[in-house]
Amino acid sequence: MSTHSGLTLIALIFAASAPALAADTPNLGAAISEQDVAEWNLNIQPTGEGLPPGSGTAAEGEKIYTVKCAGCHGLKGEGGLGPPLISNHPIRGIDEGTVVLSGYMPFASPVFDEIRRAMPWQSPRSLTDNEVYALCAFIFAGSGLIPADKVLDASNLAQIPMPNRNGFIVRFPKLTPPFKAP
Amino acid sequence: MATSNENANRELARLVPVASNGLLHRREFLNRALSFATAATTGLVVARAVPAEALTDPKWSLVNGAPIPPYQTPSKYAAKVVRTLANPNNLPKVSQSRTPHHLMEGTLTPNGLHFTIVHAGIPDIDPDQHRFVIHGLVKRPLEWRVEDLMRYPLVSRFAFIECGGNSAPLFSPTPIQADVQALHGLVSCAEWTGVRLSTLLEETGIDPRAKWFIAEGADAPHLERSVPLWKAHADALIALYQNGEPLMPGNGFPMRLVLPGFEGNMQIKFLRRIKLLAEPGMSYYEAQVYTEPLPTGKAYQFFFLSEVKSFITFPSYGFKLPAPGLYQISGLAYSGLGKIKTVKISADGGKSWATAALDGVPRDKAFTRFRLPWHWNGGPAILQSKAIDEKGNEQPTRAKFVAERGELATALSVMAFPNHHFNAVMSWAIDSRGEITNVYA
Repeated sequence: MSTHSGLTLIALIFAASAPALAADTPNLGAAISEQDVAEWNLNIQPTGEGLPPGSGTAAEGEKIYTVKCAGCHGLKGEGGLGPPLISNHPIRGIDEGTVVLSGYMPFASPVFDEIRRAMPWQSPRSLTDNEVYALCAFIFAGSGLIPADKVLDASNLAQIPMPNRNGFIVRFPKLTPPFKAP
Repeated sequence: MATSNENANRELARLVPVASNGLLHRREFLNRALSFATAATTGLVVARAVPAEALTDPKWSLVNGAPIPPYQTPSKYAAKVVRTLANPNNLPKVSQSRTPHHLMEGTLTPNGLHFTIVHAGIPDIDPDQHRFVIHGLVKRPLEWRVEDLMRYPLVSRFAFIECGGNSAPLFSPTPIQADVQALHGLVSCAEWTGVRLSTLLEETGIDPRAKWFIAEGADAPHLERSVPLWKAHADALIALYQNGEPLMPGNGFPMRLVLPGFEGNMQIKFLRRIKLLAEPGMSYYEAQVYTEPLPTGKAYQFFFLSEVKSFITFPSYGFKLPAPGLYQISGLAYSGLGKIKTVKISADGGKSWATAALDGVPRDKAFTRFRLPWHWNGGPAILQSKAIDEKGNEQPTRAKFVAERGELATALSVMAFPNHHFNAVMSWAIDSRGEITNVYA
């Protein structure tokens, strides 16, 4: 067997086992499964995709809030060092739009997403998923967007009607791939 | 052979202002040195207040100096050329540091002066343990270590990075009196070296349903933003080096996303994860923080770009012009849509304009330094700069800008970001004492 056909054979085997390896790059990345990325895969889509199992109520949330959140966000969620969390009044001019949390955000999902990934400020990722649901319930109930006794979970968080849902305009449509938010 | 007198007369003839209130042709300083004789003849310079004296050896010329440090830091006499800190005690809120552009020149921000914003302090990341993963709508999710990425084909490019909130004080209804650092210090420009994101996506493969990616940091906020996938193919970089040395901790060590021309907050520092998606992630920062409320009650979303912009760094607030005479106006221009094509300068509040000299060859989505000689006659002047990029985008006047984007009802702290993406023409007024103030003109 000539060297040439031997190389061809190796190339064929290589091609068959890894057909899509990029030819001109080092290929030093290690294969990883979605399962192994799960701990980092934190983002919650506006549809609710990504919401974990668990549930919580506003009453449970208030207890957690008082201990872990009120120091920065105010006793009633009115804001302090951190932004205000509880509010549902419409924006009144450009001064305050970005500080009115649940009265301004188009979706409920970022509230869960941000609390879970970044809060409390001094110890992020220390809350259980149940506690995050409870804090969301406390914020949304306090803002009048859900009943005070609502049990929030993966099936209903993304369905919370957000008053400013249609308040946004894509700045550069040509640069922005179309998306169909729920 | 021309006599010096004839030369002086020829130069004098050229010193015809090209726009009113003393703006001279852009070549006066740059292509030829303006001779002192000519300048004196035309009354453009005045004698220095402190006359020259007989020279002696100063003390530092008579002793041996200090040893060379392993990593050199600026002279103690340049101690004022530092960033200003919005949250020096690391209280539980965002921390910002601003670049002192009024004390700097050229187009490249040294790493110690590059602006930094972190939302929960600067993380202490061991590069040997850092992991970066690309997953989601790809054919093969892959994970890299820093040392793996170092072996990839590296590319270098200059790019400015601007916080969406830079220049936000100019949304105030009355001009806030603050220096260039306070008003415009949340933009810097560096040479970034790293691996093209598109190179890594060749290896993971892309599911055709993918139209967006989210990028996430490894610091405590796990900050996440959504980016259109086309940007990955265009010019997105996984940067490992900043001006030739490893990234600074405050600028993303050991790796960051660089998205030339895009809002700084999207250029995720401490990058650990990219996930390809069909839809944007709608994180807190894009659903709330970096949306831009409009006077209509609606708000812009997915602003992405730093549009064409410029500001004058000298003369500017905090300086005082000591006497009438010849000065060089200097400033920075940049556009998130490409190269700077032209910068125009006015000394009369926008009534007449002169074309500034661009120092060097303008680079794509990077700082361009502009300069223009100016003879201040000692009277009132309003200096403005207006940049135009290669796509023909022009900086709007402030009046036009706020007509669309709105103006705050009340003046806020210079540190506040009530709104973002301010790129209108800015104005420095000079009064007859040489004092400089921020004005709306």
